[in-house]
Amino acid sequence: MSTIKQALSSPFRGRGGLSKRIIPCLDVANGRTVKGVNFVDLRDAGDPVELAWNYSQQGADELVFLDITATHERRKTMVELVKAVARQINIPFTIGGGINEIADADALLNAGADKISINSAAVRNPALIDELAKAFGVQFVVIAVDTRINGDKNIVHLNGGRIPTEKETLDWIKEAESRGAGEILLTSMDHDGTKGGFDNKLLKLVNDTVHIPVIASGGAGSVQHFVDVFEQTNVDAALAASVFHYGEILIPDLKEILRQNNIEVRTLAS
Amino acid sequence: MNEEEQNIQDEQSSPLQTPPSGGGGLGIIRYGAGNIFSLTAALERLGIAYGMVYTEADFEQFDRFIIPGVGHAGAAMDKLQNTGLVPKIKSLTKPVLGICVGMQLLTSYSEEGDSNLLNLFPVRTLRFKDSADYKVPHTGWNKVFPEKENILFKNIPSGSHFYFVHSYFIEYDQTYTLSSTDYNNKFSASIWRDNFYGVQFHPEKSGKYGETLLTNFSNI
Repeated sequence: MSTIKQALSSPFRGRGGLSKRIIPCLDVANGRTVKGVNFVDLRDAGDPVELAWNYSQQGADELVFLDITATHERRKTMVELVKAVARQINIPFTIGGGINEIADADALLNAGADKISINSAAVRNPALIDELAKAFGVQFVVIAVDTRINGDKNIVHLNGGRIPTEKETLDWIKEAESRGAGEILLTSMDHDGTKGGFDNKLLKLVNDTVHIPVIASGGAGSVQHFVDVFEQTNVDAALAASVFHYGEILIPDLKEILRQNNIEVRTLAS
Repeated sequence: MNEEEQNIQDEQSSPLQTPPSGGGGLGIIRYGAGNIFSLTAALERLGIAYGMVYTEADFEQFDRFIIPGVGHAGAAMDKLQNTGLVPKIKSLTKPVLGICVGMQLLTSYSEEGDSNLLNLFPVRTLRFKDSADYKVPHTGWNKVFPEKENILFKNIPSGSHFYFVHSYFIEYDQTYTLSSTDYNNKFSASIWRDNFYGVQFHPEKSGKYGETLLTNFSNI
């Protein structure tokens, strides 16, 4: 009886056996990873494919590549990256950064990307979400939202949190869902880089409001932060960059702790 | 983009494609639904010879087939009808594996687009019920439990995780369900009848166990 009660009060009730996902995020420019990657056993820490393969072997459930290439060759370098990843990696991955039109998305889909992530292009032209969902299906369209508190409100920001918009975060996320977003990647710019934990209050509010998967981002500093975000908000996935790149958190250890906390995670083939 | 352009684009973006080497290979049935780059990449990694099936004559070159597919089941069925390959597919006696929407096409009917499908399996494809606890699409890694002995799940422990992305599912059926998964309701993660197989998850994106399943299919 107590087990039944426990099961009914669990925040993970009603998920079948669906796992919580752990997602390393890689920043790339001109086909190379940027920002600190400090793996001891990598031959070439700048090679996004080798890094991605390494993460897939460790048990990452999914990968996000954020392309920050700032040249007119951008689409070509992104397509090359996506093809190289799709050839080698046997888990799903998302690519984001500078996707402005259907043709960008089409090229990335055909190169093997599972999802694309759109941020500022969707804020500037919300109808782009409808077009992408119609052309490729909602499962292909991740809307990335950078949020920062302005006064007492969560406001959508652009350019890595530097430029505030007119949009309130929850309103924008609801609009994105209604237009055809298949998933929300929510980054708290107030928490990002602090290593003080995820913005669980906002994440819970968003997760309780929408009916599509939510990925938490910004603030991961310890294993406990991942336990907290899943227990307190019930989001579907948690994303981090530096704690994984610098080896501060190893994915097998993280998953073991999550499992000990009765959080459903994927078991790897031995 | 029309279908022809889609096909051409697929060709251009698939430098991995190798011609079948005199039989023994796996034919991917092409009908303009979905991208196959990740699937062919997985076959390359696994060393499974493959080629493309566009016409009825192409079927003779291969000894097993995959029906890929993502997107809208009704639209996919329309595209498949347009190829004229439906009678040939239904008459196949060599192993056939439908993946995701390619699997749903094997069933009798889908609520998506209120569509009649191939009816190789007398079961229906239904939409997940809207619910606060179960988000739709069902996205991510979920546990798959084989319900019958079959080579497709050889060396894959019961309860292994596979990667799913779908809003519609094939109803559970004691006769045809090969493996089941639970998400709001129990549904068919895979189906099996004679030489016909289908998997709802994406083996090409499901880590090592997904690759094992593809290898197993190549050995049926």
